[in-house]
Amino acid sequence: MRFMMVVIRKGYETATADAAPGAEAVARMMEYNKSLQKAGVLLGLDGLFPPSTGACVSYVDGTATVTDRPFAEAKEAIGGYWIIQVRSREEALEWARRAPMANNEIIEVRQIYERADFSIVVRKEAVQKAAEGFEELSNAAAAKA
Amino acid sequence: MSDTHKAIEAVWKIESTRLIAGIARVTRDIGIAEELAQDALVAALERWPDEGIPEKPAAWLMTAAKRRAIDALRRGRMLELKHGEIARELEFQQQRLGEAMDEALDQVIDDDVLRLIFTACHPVLAVEGRVALTLRLACGLTTAEIARSFLVPAKTLGQRIFRAKKTLSEAHVPFETPRGDDLRKRVESVLSVVYLIFNEGYTATSGEEWMRATLCVEAVRLGRRLAKLLPEEAEVYGLLALMELQASRAAARRGPNGEAVLLPEQDRSLWDYEQIQRGMAALDRAQKLGGGANSYTLQAAIAACHARANTAAETDWERIVLLYDALLQISPSPIVALNRAVAVGMAQGPAAGLHALDALAAETALANYHLLPSVRGDLLVKLGRYAEAREELQRALAMTDNAREQDLLSKKLKQAMFID
Repeated sequence: MRFMMVVIRKGYETATADAAPGAEAVARMMEYNKSLQKAGVLLGLDGLFPPSTGACVSYVDGTATVTDRPFAEAKEAIGGYWIIQVRSREEALEWARRAPMANNEIIEVRQIYERADFSIVVRKEAVQKAAEGFEELSNAAAAKA
Repeated sequence: MSDTHKAIEAVWKIESTRLIAGIARVTRDIGIAEELAQDALVAALERWPDEGIPEKPAAWLMTAAKRRAIDALRRGRMLELKHGEIARELEFQQQRLGEAMDEALDQVIDDDVLRLIFTACHPVLAVEGRVALTLRLACGLTTAEIARSFLVPAKTLGQRIFRAKKTLSEAHVPFETPRGDDLRKRVESVLSVVYLIFNEGYTATSGEEWMRATLCVEAVRLGRRLAKLLPEEAEVYGLLALMELQASRAAARRGPNGEAVLLPEQDRSLWDYEQIQRGMAALDRAQKLGGGANSYTLQAAIAACHARANTAAETDWERIVLLYDALLQISPSPIVALNRAVAVGMAQGPAAGLHALDALAAETALANYHLLPSVRGDLLVKLGRYAEAREELQRALAMTDNAREQDLLSKKLKQAMFID
């Protein structure tokens, strides 16, 4: 089973682009990452720049609108994630418990869909349907041309 | 099971290897170390449901194990000796044991974990004993879980583990990391155990498939662990690469009805490309460490050729033939030669493949191996020699009991009839 542990950081929404954690926090995080690695459970990890360097694209009635961050009303934002492979939800929670987080920070633990979770038959049907749809589209485009 | 029990089980699965390894540093006997660790687990099961899971569960378990060790020492001594003059000696022993345990508690060093794995895979043990001990001590699986995944009764597996521990104890196998020439051989033994566990899960065709499939995951995890513990050993990365690359195809290996789907027919969109990337990174590391000509690394390099091809037709068969040539050099085996012949058939045409196969006809090890006539049959079909092909496929069919293989062969046979 794979899980994503998503770090939700207080005050990160409004952090400046060059905001960086202190050396001590970094060292503790490295130590934690190493323990995940040594246990053979770590598949991947990344830290994210503050939201101010990104933007939101929202979709309403088929129209995509870009909104710059930060949002005034938001207090916390995703700061990064780990992907781990463990044997149970409880193991994932136990690893999350051990993360060196700052006061009031949150780790959201979410299971990742495995390929085996989708029935292959369902998948095939969906792909086939999508392909048929595509064919109709291109036929329509050809008819127009 | 209550939530707390599940949480305790999770802590145990995470910590048991390091805990047993740390205690074994003091006891020098992994059987005793495991018993003490189990005692500590029992203590946790008694107390954590009321007290909550401690801040540092690993340290708690180690302290509990220490207390049990001292108790055991006291009980053992009491039986042997009378009281009085011995009391001071006993006190001294307890203190020394306590100090040693405290030290082990402070830092279970990675070497302890490595020693534990080396000991569990010690050549003095029968292979099945090595496998069982490794899953139990290095992966934290219960006897019942191991028994289920190997389709044997729990009692049988319990005895297997008991015997293995006894053998280690009687042979006075030291709790240590081998050095020099010995290290290479012992690493080989560890890797072969890991690959055996992987294959047991990978080739699962019956029984509780889900449980057996977890063996693959356990083996890969152990491989990742070993790569951290032995970062300079090329073959550790070679095996890790091989397992990641093979496991990446897991979802594509079975059709909707559970039937086997061979590599050329697999839907490559079902491959796990992140896992392939991890495999490629491990392969790269193995080659950089100078392991390019080693067995697992060569096999991984072959798997990588398949992984790189977007379609079966794009497979670099010529490179695969070269890699099989190299593999045959270091570990000559009829099975490898057979696989090479298949690759030759793909790279240079069916006639060349058939020619490579002819050299194997006298191989007694393949006399009853259904894949030999099966491969011959495939090549003959491609050459348009249908009558001969049918004969070979029929021979293959008679040689296998595996229902899925039989299905596959029957299908080919029907096709050979149809084309003719």
